[in-house]
Amino acid sequence: MSKEPVAVVGIGQTEHVAARRDVSLAGLVREAAQRALEDAELHWADIDAVVIGKAPDFFEGVMMPELYLADALGAVGKPMLRVHTAGSVGGSTALVAADLVAARVHRTVLTLAFEKQSESNAMWGLSLPIPFQQPLLAGAGGFFAPHVRAYMRRTGAPDTVGSLVAYKDRRNALKNPYAHLHEADITLEKVQSSPMLWDPIRYSETCPSSDGACAMILTDRTGAARTPHPPAWVHGGAMRSEPTLFAGKDFVSPQAGKDCAADVYRQAGITDPRRQIDAVEMYVPFSWYEPMWLENLGFAQEGEGWKLTEAGVTELDGDLPVNPSGGVLSTNPIGASGMIRFAEAALQVRGQAGEHQVEGARRALGHAYGGGSQFFAMWLVGAEAPAG
Amino acid sequence: MSEVLTAPLVVEFPFTRSLGPVQSAFLTGLRERLVLGVRATDGRVVVPPVEYDPVTADEIRDLVEVGTGGTVTTWAWNPSPRRGQPLTTPFAWVLVRLDGADTALLHALDAPGPDAVRTGMRVRIRWAVERTGAITDIACFEPAENDPTDHQPAPHGGEFAEPVTGITTPARLDYTYSPGRAQSRYLQALAEHRTVGERCPSCRKVYVPPRGACPTCGVATDTQVEVGPRGTVTTFCIVNIKARNLDIEVPYVYAHIALDGADLALHARIGQIPYDQVRMGLRVEPVWTEGARHPDHYRPTGEPDADYDSYKELI
Repeated sequence: MSKEPVAVVGIGQTEHVAARRDVSLAGLVREAAQRALEDAELHWADIDAVVIGKAPDFFEGVMMPELYLADALGAVGKPMLRVHTAGSVGGSTALVAADLVAARVHRTVLTLAFEKQSESNAMWGLSLPIPFQQPLLAGAGGFFAPHVRAYMRRTGAPDTVGSLVAYKDRRNALKNPYAHLHEADITLEKVQSSPMLWDPIRYSETCPSSDGACAMILTDRTGAARTPHPPAWVHGGAMRSEPTLFAGKDFVSPQAGKDCAADVYRQAGITDPRRQIDAVEMYVPFSWYEPMWLENLGFAQEGEGWKLTEAGVTELDGDLPVNPSGGVLSTNPIGASGMIRFAEAALQVRGQAGEHQVEGARRALGHAYGGGSQFFAMWLVGAEAPAG
Repeated sequence: MSEVLTAPLVVEFPFTRSLGPVQSAFLTGLRERLVLGVRATDGRVVVPPVEYDPVTADEIRDLVEVGTGGTVTTWAWNPSPRRGQPLTTPFAWVLVRLDGADTALLHALDAPGPDAVRTGMRVRIRWAVERTGAITDIACFEPAENDPTDHQPAPHGGEFAEPVTGITTPARLDYTYSPGRAQSRYLQALAEHRTVGERCPSCRKVYVPPRGACPTCGVATDTQVEVGPRGTVTTFCIVNIKARNLDIEVPYVYAHIALDGADLALHARIGQIPYDQVRMGLRVEPVWTEGARHPDHYRPTGEPDADYDSYKELI
């Protein structure tokens, strides 16, 4: 028996900001979920199950917050489950929800991911002291910076490529009312003269720390037929993982990422991603990850990703727009960041991305990764229902 | 078999909570010695109040003031209170349905012993002397067998002067940490200034530090292999921001170092060379300091740089 086609019929986000002191965790997730329901013109009673994701509990210090959020998400009396795959969690959460519909377990599923980073300190949460280990580093930037240097060495990319990505994403964010950073006076010079934090990563090439939530309503063919706005259809979705450290690990282009993309393309019938995909929302927490993922995801040959960035191909009006929403570089409620990528890809093929709409986008890729480049989650969505 | 190391590990952090409108009113009310509940869609009064209806999921905001006396609906005796609990002497954990409420609140009951506690007993709030807008503003409950039970819930606007909008909720976890047998062996060798990895019997790769198993083959690493002491910087970054939990002067170089004979890089600091002269391929060796468990840092050996092809698979 074939899988049930899955449609995205509702999308809701909060306006992402540094600190939402006016709402509780419950109030934050509620806002995104309510907006997704309004978009789909559905009510709490229309939802059959809730799938929720967030990054480690340490990031807010609430153990298993999903339990206390059941009321706020209308999950009482329904199945509710939580997914946890570090920074990729927003993506894998959406995929678990999509699978529940595809397998005809549930007809209409609310999926949501969130982070309220202001209630803790992620740099602390990622750098807990471990006895017998030598404390050397704090935060994610220092962890990823050596891999960026390795990419630069391997490809001969000029030093300026990272700043081009940051400049592009921050300008794209100006067209996205939900983005956290709205730097109206951003210039390339400002990016290039911002302080070097973890050389080769500059301050303006790092993601902010945000409070926010993102929600989607996924449904089957029957649900899609009733929906008031054009749906986005899931053409393929996959997750892959690999250890953080192992002999032979390629941190610059992890095998799990390549395998994940290949699986998604196979499901969606994509043979030439560069030509067949119209927009990409990829998880770029540090600017250099754009060219790195362009290669890992098959949009460029190995060693050539930076050339696409440098040539302006990934600009909003380029041939392959990457992160038209402004991306993680402009908005990073960690647990939600992957789902925002997936939701923004869906907005593009629904033609609902507003000012950051990629003209004529018919197929878009949403991508997330997490941990020490160990978890990958991706989906490909299209304006047309999948064939078959 | 060598000794397996253990050490205490305490993780604590002062998490903050934005309260939102309902919890803000509830905690500010406690500060003012009154208890607020919320009326649910079906008319029940929920205490402590919630923001969303537990049955219909509707947003609920009709606050009501309930009594400060109530009835125990169930309980459990706590003979040995722990750090951070409401009372330092043995007490009962109780669920109390306050007069006028339809649900019960969890708190502590100050009672001389389990024989003095029963389901259905009347209790009342003992307020803390210093109140800040927190659940601890209720110091505990105390027996009140003769108090009347005639309180009707009264509507309350939830408006207060200087409302509490956020609280700090420190969390603390106390562990005994053990790095396991493989890392204990590694650490014991380090004490002799030797770096000892372990070889996977299947893929033959040498892991440093060893984790006890090969993550690729899924089998135990069984053979100890001394590596280094010299190695090659495979990649690095220059850290320019000082982390609050680290006592290292910035800028410093954080490097991945493939020790000779190891099949993946370990992470260490590079010293005795200006930070802006560190490069991929630099040959380095450990510098030990008296009494330290790990090399303090690695320094250049003076050898010619390693050829890129010799370490590119280790990046």
